Amino acid sequence: MSRLPPKGESGGFLSRRNFLIASTGAGLAFGFSALVEAAMDPAAPGGVPIASTGPRFEPTLWFAIDGEGIVTVNIIRAEMGQHVGTALARILADELDVAWDKVRIVHVDSDPKWGLMVTGGSWSVWQTFPIFSQAGAAGRIALVEAGAKLLNVSPVGGTARGGVVHVGGRSISYGDIVKRGGVARTFTPEELAKLPIKPAAERKLIGKPGKALDIAAKINGAAIYGIDAKVPGMVFARPKLPPTRHGAKVLSVNDSEAKKIKGYLRCLTIEDPSDTVPGWVLVIAESYPAALRASELVKVKWAAGPGAKVSEKDLQDHAASLIAKPDGGALLENKTADTAPAFKAAKSVLEQTYTAATVLHFQLEPLNALAFEKDGMMEIHTGNQWQSLILPTLAKALGRPETQIVMRTYMLGGGFGRRLNGDYAVPAALAAKALGKPVKLVLTREDDVRFDSVRSPSVQTVRMAFDGAGNILAQEHHAAAGWPTLANAPALMPKGKNGVAYDPFAISGADHWYEVGAHKVRAINNDLANETFRPGWLRSVGPGWTNWAGESFIDEAAHHLKTDPVALRLKLLTGAGANAGSDASTKGGAKRQAEVVRRAAEAAGWGRPLPKDTGLGLATSFGQERDMPTWVACVARVHVDRASGVVTVQKLTLVTDAGTIVDPDGARAQTEGAALWGLSMALHEGTEFVNGQVKDLNLDTYTPLRISDTPELDIQFVDSVEVPVGLGEPATTVVAPAIANAIFRAVGVRLRHIPITSAAVLKALAEQT
Amino acid sequence: MTQFTINGRAVSIDADEDTPLLWVIRDDIGLTGTKFGCGVGMCGACTVHVGGRATRSCITPISAVEGAEVTTIEGLDPAGQHPVQKAWLDLQTPQCGYCQSGQIMQAAAMLKDFPAPTDQDIDATMSGNLCRCMTYVRIRAAIKQAAEAMGGNAPSATGAKS
Repeated sequence: MSRLPPKGESGGFLSRRNFLIASTGAGLAFGFSALVEAAMDPAAPGGVPIASTGPRFEPTLWFAIDGEGIVTVNIIRAEMGQHVGTALARILADELDVAWDKVRIVHVDSDPKWGLMVTGGSWSVWQTFPIFSQAGAAGRIALVEAGAKLLNVSPVGGTARGGVVHVGGRSISYGDIVKRGGVARTFTPEELAKLPIKPAAERKLIGKPGKALDIAAKINGAAIYGIDAKVPGMVFARPKLPPTRHGAKVLSVNDSEAKKIKGYLRCLTIEDPSDTVPGWVLVIAESYPAALRASELVKVKWAAGPGAKVSEKDLQDHAASLIAKPDGGALLENKTADTAPAFKAAKSVLEQTYTAATVLHFQLEPLNALAFEKDGMMEIHTGNQWQSLILPTLAKALGRPETQIVMRTYMLGGGFGRRLNGDYAVPAALAAKALGKPVKLVLTREDDVRFDSVRSPSVQTVRMAFDGAGNILAQEHHAAAGWPTLANAPALMPKGKNGVAYDPFAISGADHWYEVGAHKVRAINNDLANETFRPGWLRSVGPGWTNWAGESFIDEAAHHLKTDPVALRLKLLTGAGANAGSDASTKGGAKRQAEVVRRAAEAAGWGRPLPKDTGLGLATSFGQERDMPTWVACVARVHVDRASGVVTVQKLTLVTDAGTIVDPDGARAQTEGAALWGLSMALHEGTEFVNGQVKDLNLDTYTPLRISDTPELDIQFVDSVEVPVGLGEPATTVVAPAIANAIFRAVGVRLRHIPITSAAVLKALAEQT
Repeated sequence: MTQFTINGRAVSIDADEDTPLLWVIRDDIGLTGTKFGCGVGMCGACTVHVGGRATRSCITPISAVEGAEVTTIEGLDPAGQHPVQKAWLDLQTPQCGYCQSGQIMQAAAMLKDFPAPTDQDIDATMSGNLCRCMTYVRIRAAIKQAAEAMGGNAPSATGAKS
């Protein structure tokens, strides 16, 4: 865990355990808890949680039971399509032993009592599983004891099933226990840690089919997203965006033409002490259409900041020059071998360079935020993935303590990492402060794209040394890209073995589980990228490009060695030494990765004859991080049209070992979406910087995957009772290399840049001789 | 004043006649199930029915719906039980859900023209609706399931393209 800042951060993951302990330590007691105004129950009309009647039993921060036996589970994670509340509530409800139709979820507002609020990294289930298991078990034990007391029998041998306590030959429901009162039980931290958690065979909800709690409201227009937030008296704002992301200054604002627009109110130049949105001017109007019309007529002159002339080629050339320098960058803790002797002794060496284009989040709900002051609090109503990250920035911008700022929770019209960076909340809050009235900021699609925290373009060079007998002696992986964690949360960057701080999210994946002899991994920040734009975490982050290089390269190595790429992988996934796995989350190590490779190859018919110009390609990864490996393998079946260069992906076969699968249908849905994101970034989407801005601003030229290009998916999970790990991103990491490997096997050309265009395929075919 | 009916209710809107129907529906009438995605008619999140036809409300000025019958996701079925909605629920199609009002409105309109849609019909009609969560496999399967429920017998309601 040491490598991953949010988990080890003080006040973070661990403190949530402390809160659980503290609140139980304070005594299990009845309480009437005030419902927070905008905390979101996606299954309730208007999203407003239904108030419970009568007393509530709240044994921990994480849930309450009312007199009707309704269990309300508090969810600190953002709902952005992963049905996260459903998965987490099932963990708690299973251990508490209540029927699923008695369970409600509330996506809570920001409050220090929740500890670290972040939704990303595919961490939610993995991090929450032990906490919610304990919370549920604590509640169950307290209720059995309280039930026994109310029935005047000994609690010994008492059980709970479906929200009813059975003890001493009698029974009483949880609801009745709560109604009659008298639950009092505390747990020491030691007791909590030792609470009996159900064996997997006795689970009733985890791993079983069920309906997600947020879906019903998403098919009838009832779900409330940030963009739907409203409050009486609000005015609307659209930004005029400066020519550069950083350092721009407003020289003049001329709104004389805009004054002709009915409903136009004024322009507001944002003064931002946090320097989050330098150079922003907001066009304020009584309606959003009026703000749109007026903004087209407002003329702003800026002094541009750095990067105003930078192009994609500049960025990539700079990255390549950084890689070419032997020094610079950070060496990863466990991948610092001196590879020089092996390369010197090698009979042959293979070196290749892979590149990946800038990619947009393009989450479908454009960025927005409603902000206003109420009762001494600055309320910010918006969808967000990392409240704990933006709150200190908001405090600095507004000049008020964090305790006087609250972020109200809404459904997210897509996250994909864009809303980990809450920069969009800052101008809304500053405008509300300056105007003394509620301000609803909505970005147009083009604004949203220009203000995106894009996935940085990247350059990677991979080298391998071989002896003369088909063995690998050493491998080096050098990766240069803009670093999202440096841009957004620099304090969270760990130090590499050589003392250089680095972004783990921009290199993870290169530290693979293959046995390759001496292994060196170097992470290099493309400083020109960070200077020009604000790199973002985008679905699968670094593993989305490191595996593009690493898994393409393994196939190239197999070709070099004249061996089958699946056979080579299985040979290298020994599961020995450092790749054996060291704790519950990594149990089995690379042997589990070998197993998903075997299964995917078999399911896809590896080795069987295929029609002309059609090929299978395989890639595999451990998902996001070595300490939370999600073992995944993908086989892509592609056809290449030699005349047009068009690559058609006919089928993707994915096998995933994510340990215990908590919510099977949700797991499948996440894998479907993650795999298709991988496909989209492999073949369909990518943009480039021109004069410091991304070139493609809308769907006329930016072309994510559509239904017509969606292949057949065969998605399988390994049946497992091991620790549940993440599923939101891992499948994204393997699709692009699987496709490139399949193209090579179909027509013999190797593509080393994503997205792979038909023009690039045609060029490669022409060069093939 | 522009007058039209929305979900069977007559409304009279005092806004410039080039105001996009989307914002009138969302901000003036207050029905927020119809979503803003791209603003140029290319993502489909804003899809409503005008006279029963799927229409991109973000690029439709309100002057164009004078006297027309507009239906939004909230009015597709009084109880939210249109066969397309039922199939969407049954197959747990939405992820973030933001595009799904538009997907459902597009699909419901399509099934009137193609009661038994082929994969090619679905590709041709639904490719204008972007789902950024990429729920496409389930959208396809749900359309076929809805078609069957409506008596259209779509070929192979398996979700996979043959």
